[in-house]
Amino acid sequence: MNERARLLLSIADDELIVGWRDSEWTGIAPTLEEDVAFSSIAQNEIGHARALYELAAKELDSDPDALAFDRAPDEYLCAPLVELDLTDDWAKTIARRHLYELADELRIRALIASDDRELAGLAAKIDREEVYHRMHAQMWAARLRDEPRFRAAVDELWPYALGVVAPAQRAELARRVGLSDDSSLTVFGRGEHTPELAELWNEMTEVRRSVPGASW
Amino acid sequence: MTAEEVWAAFEEIPDPEIPVVSLVDLGVIRDVAVDGDNVHVEFTPTFLGCPALETMKRAIEEKVSELGGAAEVAVIQDDSWSTDRITPAGREKLRAAGFAPPAPRAAGTTTLVQLQSNAFRCPYCGSTDTKLENIFGPTPCRSIRWCASCRQPFEQFKTI
Repeated sequence: MNERARLLLSIADDELIVGWRDSEWTGIAPTLEEDVAFSSIAQNEIGHARALYELAAKELDSDPDALAFDRAPDEYLCAPLVELDLTDDWAKTIARRHLYELADELRIRALIASDDRELAGLAAKIDREEVYHRMHAQMWAARLRDEPRFRAAVDELWPYALGVVAPAQRAELARRVGLSDDSSLTVFGRGEHTPELAELWNEMTEVRRSVPGASW
Repeated sequence: MTAEEVWAAFEEIPDPEIPVVSLVDLGVIRDVAVDGDNVHVEFTPTFLGCPALETMKRAIEEKVSELGGAAEVAVIQDDSWSTDRITPAGREKLRAAGFAPPAPRAAGTTTLVQLQSNAFRCPYCGSTDTKLENIFGPTPCRSIRWCASCRQPFEQFKTI
Protein backbone atom coordinates (compact mmCIF):
# COMPACT_ATOMS: atom_id res chain seq x y z
CA MET A 1 0.00 0.00 0.00
CA ASN A 2 1.40 3.40 -0.93
CA GLU A 3 1.78 6.34 1.44
CA ARG A 4 -1.28 8.19 0.10
CA ALA A 5 -3.62 5.21 0.48
CA ARG A 6 -2.31 4.61 3.99
CA LEU A 7 -2.96 8.25 4.94
CA LEU A 8 -6.47 8.21 3.46
CA LEU A 9 -7.35 4.96 5.22
CA SER A 10 -5.94 6.17 8.56
CA ILE A 11 -8.20 9.21 8.58
CA ALA A 12 -11.19 7.38 7.11
CA ASP A 13 -10.90 4.64 9.75
CA ASP A 14 -10.66 7.23 12.55
CA GLU A 15 -13.78 9.00 11.30
CA LEU A 16 -15.76 5.78 10.78
CA ILE A 17 -14.91 4.34 14.18
CA VAL A 18 -15.37 7.59 16.13
CA GLY A 19 -18.67 8.06 14.29
CA TRP A 20 -19.72 4.55 15.29
CA ARG A 21 -18.76 5.17 18.91
CA ASP A 22 -20.57 8.54 19.00
CA SER A 23 -23.67 6.94 17.50
CA GLU A 24 -23.83 4.60 20.50
CA TRP A 25 -25.22 7.56 22.49
CA THR A 26 -28.29 7.77 20.27
CA GLY A 27 -31.25 7.23 22.57
CA ILE A 28 -29.27 7.20 25.83
CA ALA A 29 -27.49 10.58 25.98
CA PRO A 30 -28.05 12.59 29.21
CA THR A 31 -30.34 15.14 27.49
CA LEU A 32 -32.44 15.20 24.35
CA GLU A 33 -30.21 17.96 22.90
CA GLU A 34 -27.13 15.76 23.33
CA ASP A 35 -28.95 12.80 21.84
CA VAL A 36 -29.55 14.90 18.70
CA ALA A 37 -26.02 16.36 18.78
CA PHE A 38 -24.23 13.02 19.06
CA SER A 39 -26.42 11.44 16.39
CA SER A 40 -25.78 14.33 14.00
CA ILE A 41 -22.03 14.46 14.66
CA ALA A 42 -21.79 10.69 14.21
CA GLN A 43 -23.65 10.86 10.90
CA ASN A 44 -21.37 13.62 9.67
CA GLU A 45 -18.14 11.86 10.73
CA ILE A 46 -19.27 8.75 8.88
CA GLY A 47 -20.00 10.96 5.85
CA HIS A 48 -16.41 12.18 6.01
CA ALA A 49 -15.25 8.57 6.23
CA ARG A 50 -17.26 7.74 3.12
CA ALA A 51 -15.68 10.55 1.08
CA LEU A 52 -12.19 9.49 2.21
CA TYR A 53 -12.86 5.80 1.48
CA GLU A 54 -13.95 6.84 -2.03
CA LEU A 55 -10.56 8.47 -2.64
CA ALA A 56 -8.78 5.48 -1.09
CA ALA A 57 -10.80 3.09 -3.26
CA LYS A 58 -9.61 4.89 -6.41
CA GLU A 59 -6.05 4.67 -5.16
CA LEU A 60 -6.31 0.95 -4.31
CA ASP A 61 -8.66 -0.04 -7.14
CA SER A 62 -11.15 -1.21 -4.55
CA ASP A 63 -14.68 -0.40 -3.36
CA PRO A 64 -15.45 2.11 -0.55
CA ASP A 65 -17.80 -0.30 1.25
CA ALA A 66 -15.27 -3.11 1.00
CA LEU A 67 -12.63 -0.88 2.56
CA ALA A 68 -14.98 0.18 5.35
CA PHE A 69 -16.40 -3.23 6.22
CA ASP A 70 -14.54 -6.14 4.64
CA ARG A 71 -11.11 -5.76 6.19
CA ALA A 72 -10.15 -7.74 9.27
CA PRO A 73 -9.99 -5.73 12.53
CA ASP A 74 -6.18 -5.81 12.63
CA GLU A 75 -6.05 -4.27 9.14
CA TYR A 76 -7.75 -1.06 10.29
CA LEU A 77 -5.44 1.91 10.66
CA CYS A 78 -7.41 3.92 13.21
CA ALA A 79 -5.87 5.34 16.37
CA PRO A 80 -6.76 3.52 19.63
CA LEU A 81 -8.43 6.71 20.98
CA VAL A 82 -11.45 6.22 18.72
CA GLU A 83 -11.81 2.53 19.56
CA LEU A 84 -12.45 2.88 23.30
CA ASP A 85 -15.94 1.96 24.46
CA LEU A 86 -16.89 4.90 26.68
CA THR A 87 -20.66 4.60 26.77
CA ASP A 88 -20.63 4.12 30.53
CA ASP A 89 -18.90 7.45 31.13
CA TRP A 90 -20.08 10.84 29.86
CA ALA A 91 -17.00 12.68 31.20
CA LYS A 92 -14.67 10.42 29.20
CA THR A 93 -16.91 10.65 26.15
CA ILE A 94 -16.73 14.45 26.22
CA ALA A 95 -12.98 14.29 26.91
CA ARG A 96 -12.57 12.14 23.78
CA ARG A 97 -14.66 14.51 21.63
CA HIS A 98 -12.63 17.46 22.94
CA LEU A 99 -9.25 15.78 22.32
CA TYR A 100 -10.24 14.18 19.03
CA GLU A 101 -11.50 17.46 17.55
CA LEU A 102 -8.32 19.29 18.53
CA ALA A 103 -6.16 16.56 16.98
CA ASP A 104 -8.37 16.29 13.90
CA GLU A 105 -8.21 20.06 13.37
CA LEU A 106 -4.39 19.98 13.24
CA ARG A 107 -4.48 17.12 10.78
CA ILE A 108 -7.11 18.75 8.53
CA ARG A 109 -5.25 22.07 8.48
CA ALA A 110 -2.08 20.26 7.35
CA LEU A 111 -4.01 18.51 4.56
CA ILE A 112 -5.54 21.79 3.35
CA ALA A 113 -2.01 23.15 2.96
CA SER A 114 -0.70 20.01 1.21
CA ASP A 115 0.23 19.67 -2.48
CA ASP A 116 -2.36 16.91 -3.00
CA ARG A 117 -5.04 19.01 -4.66
CA GLU A 118 -7.80 16.41 -4.48
CA LEU A 119 -7.24 15.69 -0.80
CA ALA A 120 -6.71 19.39 0.03
CA GLY A 121 -10.09 20.21 -1.56
CA LEU A 122 -11.87 17.49 0.39
CA ALA A 123 -10.12 18.54 3.61
CA ALA A 124 -11.31 22.12 3.08
CA LYS A 125 -14.88 20.89 2.78
CA ILE A 126 -14.54 18.65 5.86
CA ASP A 127 -13.05 21.58 7.79
CA ARG A 128 -16.13 23.75 7.22
CA GLU A 129 -18.39 21.06 8.65
CA GLU A 130 -16.08 20.30 11.56
CA VAL A 131 -16.47 23.91 12.75
CA TYR A 132 -19.76 22.83 14.33
CA HIS A 133 -18.28 19.72 15.96
CA ARG A 134 -15.56 21.91 17.45
CA MET A 135 -18.09 24.40 18.81
CA HIS A 136 -19.89 21.55 20.53
CA ALA A 137 -16.68 20.15 22.02
CA GLN A 138 -15.46 23.59 23.13
CA MET A 139 -18.77 24.37 24.79
CA TRP A 140 -18.61 21.17 26.84
CA ALA A 141 -14.90 21.51 27.64
CA ALA A 142 -15.52 25.04 28.95
CA ARG A 143 -18.49 23.88 30.99
CA LEU A 144 -16.66 20.94 32.59
CA ARG A 145 -13.24 22.57 32.89
CA ASP A 146 -13.21 22.61 36.69
CA GLU A 147 -14.88 19.22 37.20
CA PRO A 148 -12.41 16.70 38.65
CA ARG A 149 -13.99 13.82 36.71
CA PHE A 150 -13.53 15.61 33.41
CA ARG A 151 -9.93 16.60 34.21
CA ALA A 152 -9.11 13.02 35.17
CA ALA A 153 -10.71 11.80 31.93
CA VAL A 154 -8.64 14.21 29.82
CA ASP A 155 -5.45 13.10 31.63
CA GLU A 156 -6.32 9.43 31.12
CA LEU A 157 -7.06 9.82 27.40
CA TRP A 158 -4.16 12.16 26.66
CA PRO A 159 -1.64 9.41 25.69
CA TYR A 160 -4.30 8.13 23.28
CA ALA A 161 -4.92 11.60 21.80
CA LEU A 162 -1.20 11.94 21.03
CA GLY A 163 -1.53 8.80 18.92
CA VAL A 164 -4.02 10.45 16.55
CA VAL A 165 -1.57 12.97 15.08
CA ALA A 166 1.79 12.52 13.39
CA PRO A 167 4.79 12.71 15.78
CA ALA A 168 5.73 16.10 14.30
CA GLN A 169 2.34 17.54 15.35
CA ARG A 170 2.43 16.30 18.94
CA ALA A 171 4.10 19.40 20.45
CA GLU A 172 1.46 21.63 18.85
CA LEU A 173 -1.37 19.40 20.10
CA ALA A 174 0.13 19.50 23.61
CA ARG A 175 0.24 23.29 23.45
CA ARG A 176 -3.42 23.49 22.41
CA VAL A 177 -4.61 21.02 25.03
CA GLY A 178 -2.38 22.54 27.72
CA LEU A 179 -0.69 19.24 28.62
CA SER A 180 2.82 17.92 28.17
CA ASP A 181 4.05 15.68 25.35
CA ASP A 182 6.93 14.51 27.54
CA SER A 183 8.83 11.74 25.76
CA SER A 184 8.46 9.50 28.84
CA LEU A 185 4.72 9.18 28.06
CA THR A 186 3.68 5.89 26.48
CA VAL A 187 1.69 6.95 23.43
CA PHE A 188 -1.07 4.63 22.22
CA GLY A 189 -0.27 5.05 18.56
CA ARG A 190 -1.76 4.06 15.24
CA GLY A 191 -1.24 0.42 14.35
CA GLU A 192 -1.84 -0.83 17.88
CA HIS A 193 -5.39 -1.89 18.63
CA THR A 194 -7.45 -2.25 21.78
CA PRO A 195 -9.57 -5.40 22.31
CA GLU A 196 -12.60 -3.09 21.99
CA LEU A 197 -12.03 -2.70 18.23
CA ALA A 198 -12.72 -6.38 17.54
CA GLU A 199 -15.96 -6.16 19.55
CA LEU A 200 -17.04 -3.05 17.66
CA TRP A 201 -16.09 -4.63 14.32
CA ASN A 202 -18.18 -7.72 15.09
CA GLU A 203 -21.23 -5.58 15.65
CA MET A 204 -20.54 -3.08 12.85
CA THR A 205 -20.06 -5.71 10.12
CA GLU A 206 -22.60 -8.26 11.36
CA VAL A 207 -25.36 -7.43 8.90
CA ARG A 208 -22.99 -7.14 5.93
CA ARG A 209 -21.34 -10.46 6.78
CA SER A 210 -24.74 -12.16 7.14
CA VAL A 211 -25.27 -12.14 3.34
CA PRO A 212 -21.92 -11.74 1.60
CA GLY A 213 -22.11 -9.83 -1.66
CA ALA A 214 -25.68 -8.63 -1.13
CA SER A 215 -26.64 -5.25 -2.48
CA TRP A 216 -28.18 -3.13 0.31
CA MET B 1 -31.62 18.89 -26.06
CA THR B 2 -29.92 22.07 -24.88
CA ALA B 3 -28.18 22.90 -21.63
CA GLU B 4 -30.97 25.43 -20.90
CA GLU B 5 -33.57 22.64 -21.16
CA VAL B 6 -31.56 20.48 -18.78
CA TRP B 7 -31.23 23.33 -16.27
CA ALA B 8 -34.99 23.97 -16.49
CA ALA B 9 -35.67 20.27 -15.88
CA PHE B 10 -33.33 20.26 -12.87
CA GLU B 11 -35.39 23.07 -11.37
CA GLU B 12 -38.12 20.46 -10.98
CA ILE B 13 -35.99 18.13 -8.85
CA PRO B 14 -36.88 18.72 -5.20
CA ASP B 15 -34.32 18.42 -2.45
CA PRO B 16 -35.11 15.02 -0.89
CA GLU B 17 -35.22 16.42 2.64
CA ILE B 18 -36.45 19.99 2.13
CA PRO B 19 -38.67 19.53 -0.95
CA VAL B 20 -39.68 23.21 -1.13
CA VAL B 21 -36.30 23.95 -2.74
CA SER B 22 -34.94 22.43 -5.94
CA LEU B 23 -31.41 21.24 -6.61
CA VAL B 24 -30.93 24.40 -8.70
CA ASP B 25 -32.12 26.59 -5.78
CA LEU B 26 -29.61 24.81 -3.55
CA GLY B 27 -26.80 25.58 -5.96
CA VAL B 28 -25.50 22.01 -6.01
CA ILE B 29 -25.54 21.74 -9.81
CA ARG B 30 -22.30 23.40 -10.81
CA ASP B 31 -22.19 22.77 -14.52
CA VAL B 32 -24.19 21.17 -17.32
CA ALA B 33 -22.61 20.32 -20.68
CA VAL B 34 -24.65 18.70 -23.45
CA ASP B 35 -22.95 16.68 -26.17
CA GLY B 36 -25.62 15.05 -28.36
CA ASP B 37 -27.51 12.70 -26.04
CA ASN B 38 -24.79 12.74 -23.42
CA VAL B 39 -25.20 15.15 -20.57
CA HIS B 40 -22.26 15.80 -18.31
CA VAL B 41 -23.31 17.18 -14.94
CA GLU B 42 -21.02 18.48 -12.23
CA PHE B 43 -22.62 18.04 -8.84
CA THR B 44 -21.29 19.38 -5.52
CA PRO B 45 -22.59 17.70 -2.37
CA THR B 46 -23.92 19.85 0.48
CA PHE B 47 -22.87 18.24 3.76
CA LEU B 48 -20.75 15.10 3.36
CA GLY B 49 -22.85 13.43 6.04
CA CYS B 50 -26.05 14.06 4.11
CA PRO B 51 -27.82 10.75 3.42
CA ALA B 52 -29.71 12.38 0.54
CA LEU B 53 -26.63 12.61 -1.71
CA GLU B 54 -27.25 9.29 -3.48
CA THR B 55 -30.93 10.17 -3.93
CA MET B 56 -29.98 13.50 -5.51
CA LYS B 57 -27.53 11.83 -7.86
CA ARG B 58 -30.13 9.26 -8.94
CA ALA B 59 -32.75 11.99 -9.44
CA ILE B 60 -30.36 13.85 -11.76
CA GLU B 61 -29.79 10.68 -13.80
CA GLU B 62 -33.53 9.95 -14.01
CA LYS B 63 -34.36 13.50 -15.04
CA VAL B 64 -31.83 13.39 -17.87
CA SER B 65 -33.16 10.04 -19.05
CA GLU B 66 -36.72 11.51 -19.09
CA LEU B 67 -35.34 14.09 -21.52
CA GLY B 68 -34.00 11.24 -23.65
CA GLY B 69 -30.36 11.63 -22.70
CA ALA B 70 -27.78 9.77 -20.69
CA ALA B 71 -26.27 11.52 -17.67
CA GLU B 72 -22.76 11.28 -16.47
CA VAL B 73 -22.67 12.82 -13.00
CA ALA B 74 -19.28 13.91 -11.70
CA VAL B 75 -19.36 14.47 -7.94
CA ILE B 76 -16.99 17.31 -7.02
CA GLN B 77 -15.73 16.66 -3.50
CA ASP B 78 -14.10 19.97 -2.69
CA ASP B 79 -15.15 23.12 -0.88
CA SER B 80 -16.64 24.79 -3.95
CA TRP B 81 -20.16 24.46 -2.52
CA SER B 82 -21.05 26.69 0.37
CA THR B 83 -24.41 27.86 1.65
CA ASP B 84 -23.68 31.13 -0.21
CA ARG B 85 -24.55 29.17 -3.37
CA ILE B 86 -28.20 28.87 -2.33
CA THR B 87 -29.98 31.24 -4.72
CA PRO B 88 -32.03 34.26 -3.56
CA ALA B 89 -35.18 32.43 -4.75
CA GLY B 90 -34.11 29.35 -2.79
CA ARG B 91 -33.55 31.41 0.35
CA GLU B 92 -37.00 32.94 0.06
CA LYS B 93 -38.58 29.48 -0.39
CA LEU B 94 -36.75 28.23 2.71
CA ARG B 95 -38.00 31.19 4.74
CA ALA B 96 -41.58 30.70 3.54
CA ALA B 97 -41.41 27.03 4.59
CA GLY B 98 -40.24 27.89 8.13
CA PHE B 99 -36.48 27.42 7.73
CA ALA B 100 -34.34 30.45 8.51
CA PRO B 101 -31.88 30.70 5.59
CA PRO B 102 -28.15 30.52 6.32
CA ALA B 103 -26.22 33.66 7.20
CA PRO B 104 -23.78 34.70 4.45
CA ARG B 105 -20.46 32.91 4.62
CA ALA B 106 -18.83 35.98 3.11
CA ALA B 107 -18.78 37.38 6.65
CA GLY B 108 -16.35 34.59 7.67
CA THR B 109 -16.65 31.34 9.58
CA THR B 110 -19.62 31.24 11.91
CA THR B 111 -18.68 31.32 15.58
CA LEU B 112 -20.51 30.08 18.65
CA VAL B 113 -20.82 33.67 19.89
CA GLN B 114 -22.63 34.60 16.68
CA LEU B 115 -24.95 31.61 16.92
CA GLN B 116 -25.75 32.43 20.52
CA SER B 117 -26.53 36.06 19.67
CA ASN B 118 -30.01 36.98 18.53
CA ALA B 119 -28.89 37.96 15.04
CA PHE B 120 -31.13 35.37 13.39
CA ARG B 121 -34.63 36.26 12.34
CA CYS B 122 -37.62 34.04 13.06
CA PRO B 123 -39.03 32.80 9.73
CA TYR B 124 -42.59 32.90 11.15
CA CYS B 125 -42.89 36.36 12.73
CA GLY B 126 -39.70 38.13 11.65
CA SER B 127 -38.56 38.86 15.20
CA THR B 128 -34.85 38.78 16.04
CA ASP B 129 -35.66 37.90 19.65
CA THR B 130 -34.42 34.34 19.04
CA LYS B 131 -31.91 32.07 20.74
CA LEU B 132 -29.92 28.97 19.91
CA GLU B 133 -31.46 25.78 21.31
CA ASN B 134 -29.11 23.26 19.72
CA ILE B 135 -26.28 23.58 17.17
CA PHE B 136 -27.54 20.25 15.82
CA GLY B 137 -30.92 19.43 14.36
CA PRO B 138 -32.74 16.71 12.41
CA THR B 139 -30.18 16.76 9.58
CA PRO B 140 -26.48 17.80 9.48
CA CYS B 141 -27.38 21.07 7.70
CA ARG B 142 -29.75 22.45 10.35
CA SER B 143 -29.66 23.95 13.86
CA ILE B 144 -32.61 24.49 16.20
CA ARG B 145 -33.55 27.97 17.46
CA TRP B 146 -36.37 29.33 19.60
CA CYS B 147 -38.31 32.53 18.95
CA ALA B 148 -39.20 34.27 22.21
CA SER B 149 -41.58 36.58 20.37
CA CYS B 150 -43.98 34.07 18.78
CA ARG B 151 -42.88 31.23 21.07
CA GLN B 152 -42.06 28.86 18.22
CA PRO B 153 -39.05 26.65 17.73
CA PHE B 154 -37.64 26.89 14.20
CA GLU B 155 -34.88 25.39 12.12
CA GLN B 156 -31.89 27.42 11.03
CA PHE B 157 -29.90 26.37 7.97
CA LYS B 158 -26.25 26.20 9.06
CA THR B 159 -23.71 28.37 7.29
CA ILE B 160 -20.90 26.34 5.75
